Amino acid sequence: MSELLNGRGLSLVPKSDAKQGMKDYKSDQEVRWCPGCGDYAILAAVQSFVPELGLKRENMVFVSGIGCSSRFPYYMNTYGFHSIHGRAPAIATGLAASRPDLSVWVITGDGDSLSIGGNHLIHALRRNVNLNILLFNNRIYGLTKGQYSPTSEVGKITKSTPMGSLDKPFNPISLAIGAEASFVARTIDSDRKHLQSVLREAAEHNGTSLVEIYQNCNIFNDGAFDQLKDPEQRDDITLRLEHGRPIVSASKAVRRAADGGIEVVDRASVAEEEILVHDAHRADPSLAFALSRLDEPAFEHVPIGIFRSVGRPSYDEQMAAQLEEAVAQRGPGDLDNLLLAGDTWRIG
Amino acid sequence: MTKQVQQLDRVIIRFAGDSGDGMQLTGDRFTAGTAEFGNDLSTLPNFPAEIRAPAGTLPGVSSFQLHFADHDILTPGDAPNVLVAMNPAALKANLGDLPRGADIIANTDEFTKRNLQKVGYDANPLEDDSLAEWRVHPVPLTSLTVKALEGFDLSKKDAERSKNMFALGLLSWLYHRPTEATISFLETKFAKKPDIAKANIAAFTAGWNYGETTESFSVSYEVKPAPLPAGVYRNISGNQALAYGLIAASVQAKLPLFLGSYPITPASDILHELSKHKRFGIRTFQAEDEIAGVGAALGASFGGALGVTTTSGPGVALKAETVGLAVTTELPLIVVDVQRAGPSTGMPTKTEQTDLLMAMYGRNGESPLPVVAPMSPSDCFDAAIEAARLAVKYRTPVMLLSDGYLANGSEPWKVPSAAELPDISTAFATAPDEGETFLPFKRDPETLARPWAIPGTAGLEHRIGGIEKADGTGNISYDPDNHDRMVRLRQAKIDGIAKDIPALEIDDPDGDARVLVLGWGSTYGPIAAAVRRIRKAGGKVAQAHLRHLNPLPANTGEVLKSYDKVLLPEINLGQLALLLRARFLVDIISYNRVRGLPFKAEELAGVIQDVIDSE
Repeated sequence: MSELLNGRGLSLVPKSDAKQGMKDYKSDQEVRWCPGCGDYAILAAVQSFVPELGLKRENMVFVSGIGCSSRFPYYMNTYGFHSIHGRAPAIATGLAASRPDLSVWVITGDGDSLSIGGNHLIHALRRNVNLNILLFNNRIYGLTKGQYSPTSEVGKITKSTPMGSLDKPFNPISLAIGAEASFVARTIDSDRKHLQSVLREAAEHNGTSLVEIYQNCNIFNDGAFDQLKDPEQRDDITLRLEHGRPIVSASKAVRRAADGGIEVVDRASVAEEEILVHDAHRADPSLAFALSRLDEPAFEHVPIGIFRSVGRPSYDEQMAAQLEEAVAQRGPGDLDNLLLAGDTWRIG
Repeated sequence: MTKQVQQLDRVIIRFAGDSGDGMQLTGDRFTAGTAEFGNDLSTLPNFPAEIRAPAGTLPGVSSFQLHFADHDILTPGDAPNVLVAMNPAALKANLGDLPRGADIIANTDEFTKRNLQKVGYDANPLEDDSLAEWRVHPVPLTSLTVKALEGFDLSKKDAERSKNMFALGLLSWLYHRPTEATISFLETKFAKKPDIAKANIAAFTAGWNYGETTESFSVSYEVKPAPLPAGVYRNISGNQALAYGLIAASVQAKLPLFLGSYPITPASDILHELSKHKRFGIRTFQAEDEIAGVGAALGASFGGALGVTTTSGPGVALKAETVGLAVTTELPLIVVDVQRAGPSTGMPTKTEQTDLLMAMYGRNGESPLPVVAPMSPSDCFDAAIEAARLAVKYRTPVMLLSDGYLANGSEPWKVPSAAELPDISTAFATAPDEGETFLPFKRDPETLARPWAIPGTAGLEHRIGGIEKADGTGNISYDPDNHDRMVRLRQAKIDGIAKDIPALEIDDPDGDARVLVLGWGSTYGPIAAAVRRIRKAGGKVAQAHLRHLNPLPANTGEVLKSYDKVLLPEINLGQLALLLRARFLVDIISYNRVRGLPFKAEELAGVIQDVIDSE
């Protein structure tokens, strides 16, 4: 998809001369997630994937908010900023917008990015700042010990909702596509190969990439994604989104519905040419949005992969361009000239 | 007819009209002419928060007060000598401030039955003798303007719009103001609509000529230029000076400026101004909210920029958590609070000094930071540079407390040259500081500041965050003794700045005053003007003014204790007094008014005299 990398992507981030391995990206800090947490798998996947990018390690920054997943930066041997609840996209925006030579990653959870930080998330997405946002979705509050989250299913019984939660959950993919994010993908903690393939595309994407990672919290919401991991049913449930390929699972297929929408049907019942071919680069987000709605009701069939990846200028490169244009038009700023501009008069 | 010319040493004019009448523009142009002429001056715009309140109503009245003199002055003046009232609402809203004998120039065309009723006048005050104690000059400003523009291809409504320029022309004649700058201003402002430019210039000229020929004005006035120190001057408002100060700070710190901001009255003009100066490498980011504004600024600081956020009190409340993060991660950050009347939304366009305690303590945990307050509109320039100096040198957020009065008020400013400004640059860390190891929280023994190691620097990769950090390594630490040490170290770093700021200066010409008047921030002008009055009348009083509210100058306690009485006027209910009483056990006498307006010199002179007399 190089034809879409029309912006800076990673082009301004210095490359490393040395060959890097996973160990170069492990910090000296002891990892302190609960044993069995899905975060371990994601950390290992990231640490073993980033060397492939061949970037200078010192030019990578991981910024996080608050929550279990937000401890992530401490474990990466790069620059890192563990900030405050929900604000990582805002902090990362200031960093990425002023430093085009950095590869900036935001690590966040469903509570961090969709409750307290919902506003920053949607605005980062609409601006298209050069950020990679990894949203660890475990559908529960972990660090505060088990309250329902904005992605928990309705009726969730938790400490704060003994009679069941009332609020309808966000679908992070629908939300991101609604904000017209230029790169939206979903992957799962247990499928390292898929996770890394998505991260690779996300890293190289110009602008904000949002990657929802289904992540198991084995303490407060264990088994939330078991259907997708169960060898008996996962191949039937998982609809693989691959650009240019028919959208199918082992037994199901997606096709255009008579009402103009899309629908999931028995794969055996449709001709191959009726099956919808995935176009991640489609400028209009409505089809990607329709795909994001296919997992309603949850886990009957779940699209996994890159929903949308479109070329759009990034906020930071446009901001830099305005600075350059201002200098080109009127020359670099001169403080004396600035202070003396306008009406002045001399005394003495 | 030859008219008499009378010499005056100072004049206070207030232009008042509907918020759609262009009173702020009229005031600005009269100010420009006055500045060009060489008077000292001080201005006070006063306008409603509503963009267009219902026409002709009291809430819709907008005014602009200008004080100019043949000597140096300190305030926009207590009470106007002249009120220009464009409608009955403007008269009614401002008459209470007008001393007996003052001039009222009233636009008779707007004194219609309907307009009079709107503001509760049963009879036309211009026609009964309710204004007998003032000198009323009835002028049909609107119809004279329309008449003057008869030759132009304009609707009556458009022609009427130029009545403020007619009024400006008349006042310019009355006070011998130069006209060229206003004419060229109008040509530039309406460059794309030359007909409108010509009409406004015609209205302005007609106003001048009307003064020359009418019998309503038999006298015109001259106020000679003021003998100010030699130099090049310009007129500047507090917000503009603050924006320029931030640009200068960026240049002098050799750091790119990053402003993260969300529009809020009365701070938005700083965002507007900075967004015009991209060729200085300034990035202005209009964020989705106050929190994102400061967050982005802090993120930019982490990356090696001079991160700034500008706001007013409600915004500071929202930014508190991020400012706390800046305190604990020890990154430079400038938080500009242009204070306005609170609590909550309060009165957005009115001034107050009520955010001092929030600036000092409005965060969770022990989170000390320096607080700096400018004392005049032009001083916002120097205060911004000082805030940046402290932020960069000590790796700390700094609160800069301006207010609505400074922000919108203006005064002549002797323009400094860039070469006179301090070098406030600092060095980023480039190498490990402990053998082969890099300790992100190893402190400079002198300043206690930690190294500023920015991403992109090989070998210094490190993680920072809001969780308590182990001294030195910066690793997460829940160790009780470490936390106690870090809390004290952060406090000691800020306290130590007292060694790096000037001592509190006392102004006491004879050295034998027993009463000290202390102030901070924008009250400097009215306090100093009041002190002058006392001294002129033979009284003795000392004055001192605090620019650094945290830490305080090292000699503050000594100064306070060397007077029998310390009077502290504040536009709050005694916030600095509370701090000083607690810290120095001095029985401060507070004087507090929170009317959304600056103090008046006469008012403060009375208060000072009472304190002197009570000895």
